[in-house]
Amino acid sequence: MNEATTTRDYDWWLLAIIAAICALGVVEIYSATHGSMLAGMHTKQVRWLVIGFVLMFVLSRFDYHVIMDQAPILYIVGIGALTAVLLVGHTRFGAKRWIPVLGEFLQVSELVKLIIIIVLARFFAEVRTDELSLQDLIKAGLLVGIPLVLILKQPDLGTALVLMPMLIVGAFLAGLQWKHAAVVVLIGLLMLPVGWHFLKPYQKERVTSFLHPEDDAKGSGYQVLQSKIAVGSGGFWGKGFGNGSQNQLGYIPVRYSDFIMSAWAEEQGFKGVLLALGLYMALLLRLVQNAQRAKDRAGMFLVMGVTAALGFHVLVNVAMVIGAMPVTGIPLPLMSYGGSATLFVFLAIGLVMNVRLRRFVN
Amino acid sequence: MSYWFRNDSRLPQERLAAASYVIVGMITLLLLGFWKLQVIDSDKYGVMAERNRVRSIPIIAPRGRMLDRDGRVLVDNYPSFSVLLLRDDMPAVEKNLPAIADGLGLQLDDLKEQLANTGALPKFQPIVIKPEATPGDVAFIESHRADIPLLEMLMVHRRRYLPGGFMAHASGYVGEVSEKQIEDSNGKLRPGDFAGKSGLERQYNDLLVGTDGMRRVIVNSIGKEVGRLSQQEAIPGKQIQLTIDYDLQKVAEEALAGKKGAIVALDPRSGEVLAFASQPAADPNDFAVRISKEDWQRLNTDPDRPLLNRATQAQLAPGSVFKIVMATAMLEEKVPPESFTAFCPGYATFYGRMFKCHIFGKGGHGVVDLHRAIIHSCDVFFYNVGQRLGIDRISKFAKMLGLGSKTGIDLPSEETGLVPSEEWVQRVFHRKWYPGETISVSIGQGAVTATPLQLAYMIGGIASGGDFKQPHFIKDAQNAGNRHVELAENTIEKVTQGMYGVVNEGGTAGALRLEGIEFCGKTGTAQVIGAEAKERFGRGKSEFKNNAWFVGYAPRRDPEIVVSVLVEEGGHGNLAAAPPARDIIKAYYDKKQKKGRGQTTVDYQPYKMDSDGGNAVAENGKAPVKPGQAVAKVEPASTKKAQP
Repeated sequence: MNEATTTRDYDWWLLAIIAAICALGVVEIYSATHGSMLAGMHTKQVRWLVIGFVLMFVLSRFDYHVIMDQAPILYIVGIGALTAVLLVGHTRFGAKRWIPVLGEFLQVSELVKLIIIIVLARFFAEVRTDELSLQDLIKAGLLVGIPLVLILKQPDLGTALVLMPMLIVGAFLAGLQWKHAAVVVLIGLLMLPVGWHFLKPYQKERVTSFLHPEDDAKGSGYQVLQSKIAVGSGGFWGKGFGNGSQNQLGYIPVRYSDFIMSAWAEEQGFKGVLLALGLYMALLLRLVQNAQRAKDRAGMFLVMGVTAALGFHVLVNVAMVIGAMPVTGIPLPLMSYGGSATLFVFLAIGLVMNVRLRRFVN
Repeated sequence: MSYWFRNDSRLPQERLAAASYVIVGMITLLLLGFWKLQVIDSDKYGVMAERNRVRSIPIIAPRGRMLDRDGRVLVDNYPSFSVLLLRDDMPAVEKNLPAIADGLGLQLDDLKEQLANTGALPKFQPIVIKPEATPGDVAFIESHRADIPLLEMLMVHRRRYLPGGFMAHASGYVGEVSEKQIEDSNGKLRPGDFAGKSGLERQYNDLLVGTDGMRRVIVNSIGKEVGRLSQQEAIPGKQIQLTIDYDLQKVAEEALAGKKGAIVALDPRSGEVLAFASQPAADPNDFAVRISKEDWQRLNTDPDRPLLNRATQAQLAPGSVFKIVMATAMLEEKVPPESFTAFCPGYATFYGRMFKCHIFGKGGHGVVDLHRAIIHSCDVFFYNVGQRLGIDRISKFAKMLGLGSKTGIDLPSEETGLVPSEEWVQRVFHRKWYPGETISVSIGQGAVTATPLQLAYMIGGIASGGDFKQPHFIKDAQNAGNRHVELAENTIEKVTQGMYGVVNEGGTAGALRLEGIEFCGKTGTAQVIGAEAKERFGRGKSEFKNNAWFVGYAPRRDPEIVVSVLVEEGGHGNLAAAPPARDIIKAYYDKKQKKGRGQTTVDYQPYKMDSDGGNAVAENGKAPVKPGQAVAKVEPASTKKAQP
């Protein structure tokens, strides 16, 4: 292994895009909370960003092959942690997701996402055929299925769902056959009613309120309505920093976290949305570009696993804000306030940097 | 390191490119979604955001106060909170209704019914579910702002009346406006508003009500006010000064305590109402919030009829007071001539039927002329006068002197009383007038009826030489109607001398003389119901005790005060009705004398039913006045503070 990587080899464009998105996030967190009892949240977010940045660099220094080498152990650790959180985890907001680390509560499932990206990349990298066999597809499905069920038990539907695009994108790039895809989709459709049966009451409520928002004026339908009012009333030019009434008066639910895009859209208008979504598109395309230039399949799968996870986060969160998808509790990467989620994104970017730093090696 | 990855550099470039397109497509779709909300539907959501943010809260204007003639406060306001239920979000309302009913101590069924009844109103219009919030209610609302954001408090002004029904029939009361009043108001009134329902509150409602203001405030998502956009101040209602003299009113109320009846004191020189009492009366403070259906039902079916304003609505036979009409008609028409005398053996026979004099059974009045007939209220004399005058002339004079029509006092629902005539029986009963009926009418019985107010108005007008001033309650009334009836000087002199004699020459009210005051008057004792009817109803005689009347005034000519007293089922006028009149006239002169010595008021004490005078409340078997109500202060208005 050649360790002679230089700072020049880092993806500075990627870092610039990330820094810009983080800046938007911190600005909007400040705007959403400065006049309330949550004031000071933006400084806490900056702290998480700094920690994340450091971790990203640290992670990028270890060769990703070394990391992927430990995939089986990481997988066992991940499953163990998910089991542990179910047994002894800390309950907040009605779900067992947190374990105390360094005086803060960390969401175990965020770490598990990272592990699954690594494990899937390792698994698909070892598939030698051009076309993904049904056998391998089922193996990959099981690999994802076990943690998925454990996360659903917490319950955390949002995080569980994030595992799916990782599997789908990985399988797609590993040569998923169309006929298999068709069968899986068919089975998935047939399983929908069964899956409905396993949803928690509040999850069912979210789905029904998404389908019939007018029936649920104060529940999650209310949240989405208030979010849409915020977005729509922002207009093209926005109401200006700190001037969004929906934001400042608290009509937008969790306006500093899951619905931060709503607050941003209200105060900055369509032009601000154009900027933010433009940055996200640039981020995702830059990630794909890094995958395309990866040295080997292992690195490519690693980067695309990250891309799938982040892309899914952006899609589901932003679509929720405009009422195009049900409320799932998935934060917007790099903009939403949150320790675990921020650290996950930076560690994931760290893996991407890792792959990039080693693209010319050998 | 195990080389499991084998430097495999076969990358699926096509599928990676496809991923890029998926990303671009996804972001484009999201942007289209934003474009729809932020550009196409922006106005719609802008309006919704504004509606979220801004709440209009009415500022209720206080009603004008009512002062007595010396500036003392008779009807006042006190601040209070109403609990409003916001109904924009009906599912949430229905869900939280049990919690709301529980928290505010309301009956869930009542609340549901109220909600159903107001279902037709626009949803954005809140409804008052509890008119008077207790501190506990306020705490409940404040502590549940987040989880039950459906309740709001509205500062209102409640009416405070003097306790125990003091002057209640004059002041009237306010209540929540009815559907009809809302319709008639051209949008000025809203549900939950208060308006005068009776008495002066209703008569002068337009003057007393102010104009409500409006406060537009910014509220946050849990309904908490965080800022103010604009404020249009409420314009308070106008204060009205009444002609009522609290001191005389107090004497009147005390005199009637525990009785059924009415007292009206007028200043015949101006028509000003000095005292105006009718009892029994309901305490209007009980209506000032919201009266329950049961209580309202009870008041309406109470056999003592506490809601009847006896002073203007009790249409009763005036009895012997009507003899003043007869005397006036006789002197004016000279039929029979002034020198006419009659012999009273205690009864007389007309048209084959015996008519008793009130002295029947105790001998007779002997030979009586007009003067003695008035003094002793001799029925036989006036039977003869009536027979000679005939019903048409009697009814002409009765109407001329103010009977059979409204006096025009500034109170709603005044009754006219009835002056019968040949034309009237023809029109109403389609029959001829029986001559015997004229005999009954001559002593104020039969079909003739009058209200206590009418009798005060009539006697005052005659003693004032035919100047009839329209009774009124407003101190500075500009255009109180005046009516002049042309009466001969001799007529006025003879009639007033007669009434002077009633009190001062050993007449029917001879025991009531007041030293140094030309106290005059006329007693009356009227049968409530004819003897035949009495038998028809088959009830005990005590159920139909006679109504006692007295109309007194002073001085004899051009009086300053005239007092009409009715005590229903009170027995004889001289015993039951005359003493209150004397007390009021005495109080009037006492006060006048003290004023002359530079003292503005007589010893003034807040009127309290349970401490001085008869304990009327307890006597009626009702709960005593609560301490909170009894301390209602009566203070001179700040603008008219009495300077000793």
